[in-house]
Amino acid sequence: MSGRLKYLIWPLWIAVLVWPFTKLRGALIVLAAAAAGSALLFVLRSWAPRIALPAMPRLASFSGHTKTGLLIALVLFSLALPLCLNKYFLDVVVTAGIYVVLALGLNIIVGLAGLLVLGYIAFYAVGAYGYAILSTHFHLNFFWALPIGALLALLAGLLLGLPTLRLRGDYLAIVTLGFGEIMRIVLNNWDGLTGGPNGIMHIGRPAIGALALGRPTHLYYIVLALIALAALLTSRLNRSRLGRALVAMREDETAARACGIDTTRLKVLAFCLSAAVAGLMGVVFAAKMSFVSPESFTFWESVMVLCMVVLGGMASVPGVILGALALIVLPEAFRGLQHYRMLVFGAAMIAMMIFRPQGLLPSRRRTLELGE
Amino acid sequence: MFLQQLINGLTVGAIYSLIALGYTMVYGILEFINFAHGEVYMLGAYLGIIALGLLTQWGAAGWALAPLLVILFAMVWAAAWGGTIERVAYRPLRAAPRLSPLISALGVSIVLQNFVMLTQGARDQVFRRELLFSSDFNACGLSLGACTVSYTQLLIIGTALALMAGLTLFVDRTRMGRAMRATAQDQRMARLCGVDVDTVIRTTFVIGSALGAAAGVMVALYYGVVNFYIGYVAGLKAFIAAVAGGIGSIPGAMLGGLLLGLAESFGAGYLSSQYKDVYAFVILIVVLLVRPQGILGNKRDKV
Repeated sequence: MSGRLKYLIWPLWIAVLVWPFTKLRGALIVLAAAAAGSALLFVLRSWAPRIALPAMPRLASFSGHTKTGLLIALVLFSLALPLCLNKYFLDVVVTAGIYVVLALGLNIIVGLAGLLVLGYIAFYAVGAYGYAILSTHFHLNFFWALPIGALLALLAGLLLGLPTLRLRGDYLAIVTLGFGEIMRIVLNNWDGLTGGPNGIMHIGRPAIGALALGRPTHLYYIVLALIALAALLTSRLNRSRLGRALVAMREDETAARACGIDTTRLKVLAFCLSAAVAGLMGVVFAAKMSFVSPESFTFWESVMVLCMVVLGGMASVPGVILGALALIVLPEAFRGLQHYRMLVFGAAMIAMMIFRPQGLLPSRRRTLELGE
Repeated sequence: MFLQQLINGLTVGAIYSLIALGYTMVYGILEFINFAHGEVYMLGAYLGIIALGLLTQWGAAGWALAPLLVILFAMVWAAAWGGTIERVAYRPLRAAPRLSPLISALGVSIVLQNFVMLTQGARDQVFRRELLFSSDFNACGLSLGACTVSYTQLLIIGTALALMAGLTLFVDRTRMGRAMRATAQDQRMARLCGVDVDTVIRTTFVIGSALGAAAGVMVALYYGVVNFYIGYVAGLKAFIAAVAGGIGSIPGAMLGGLLLGLAESFGAGYLSSQYKDVYAFVILIVVLLVRPQGILGNKRDKV
């Protein structure tokens, strides 16, 4: 298809494609919408042949002072945020915060080490169910459960990672995907321990002695502290010897090995670190909901976390945080569109990959690599 | 019992094989997991129902050629969808980092699922096979001792085998098939030899989607109901079948699908039907640990 004809043919083609599903009337509506979009595109293309997408500000391009100022403003803003939000939005923000830490954790293995993991949510489930069982059976305190949940997930990561991390690329993705599914099915069927599809209820909320810390505001500050910790940890990791070794491995495994990097050990290490972060947040999630069920740990949750990492900008800490916030807050903002919001969301994912594959706030290292 | 499970397993396995072919062909050429392929299969199932509805409207559902029309309609339309998806969501990303097309495929998946949910409703849709075949066709079959092979099962296995034979002939004997094999081996070299790689890739998607849609119609015929989320689990299992058989290998996908169907059927019959969905993943992990390149895969690439 050449020239102007394609602006005519595309809307017709799309209408023909959707016709069996929408019937004639729906197809005509789709045709009208597609034709309008096509016409708009045609006008834009012919009147402004090269519309450059607005460049996103890059953190690296700010000077040191501006950066410090921005950081202080951000800290003050996040400390004061609960004062000006109602209960519903605070809940959304806490959920978003949990995902921010999850995305930062996944970023270690996907962004830094370059290994695609599609069953990340399984480790989150380990932490959540670990705390749920320990809390309902042994009344374990939330703050003790945090390291225990992380440890349990780390062990699960070790168990899965040791045999499978010698696989490369897509195979690892599929194995971890399978692990996630097995985990969900086991949780669904092991009625004695996990309560099956009904899940586990009445999980203890955070408390220190008699001081109850279960209100949304308290949870907000707990999550905020964990975000700060995770952000600090991963950005330090980024610049450490270990982080550089991970990036070297991501870029060329053979070359990294030739430079004396023990790649298998490194992979297992990164994998376990990632898993531990997920386990930690699982505990927070269980305490927040005070209820867990297998429904919260589906494949789509893993996909969402992965999308946060990729859309935000792999290996970039601010990017990943922004991606996580965008993916949780945007669907909430689109609630007015109701059923159409997931349609818009999927289309946005495709468009994002086509027009800005490096993510919203790409890491400096990657930007240089992609030669922008 | 044994023979019955064998027949049931072969039926489901034939369906898995057809879907797995779409994964393996695309992977063989682009080294890319087309996560949206399961949704194309789901589209196929719905297109079958829609075609049957149209035929009933025109009073032609009882016609002898009606089943053929239904499956052809679904295959043609799904093929058009597959080609369009490739053009819109994957072709601009050919040179992008590996994760980008994967995320794009997940986006396509979300779009297709929600599109079908919005236009066809979230409830189960019924494939009214009694309109297509006379009542004794649905109920009866050949009896072999203690077990029966229903005509529906025979029809499914027969059609699947015919399609696979057709595909094998196409890939082995035609000019386009040769171009596909060349592209799978070395894309750049194929381009230098004058193969139109873009057309080859589009053809791959079109054929894979048509086969997936045929599988969708068969599932609708076999179980009688479809839903907008059937693509995810079926797609996952078919992909596992492709990996187990050796991804990139066409006979491997056929074998892997059949094996997976049999494993599930026997597992559900003799071990536990609750954990039916786990067997696929157990097979996957065992295959990857013991023979990472798959049963019929070659050791060409380092795993």
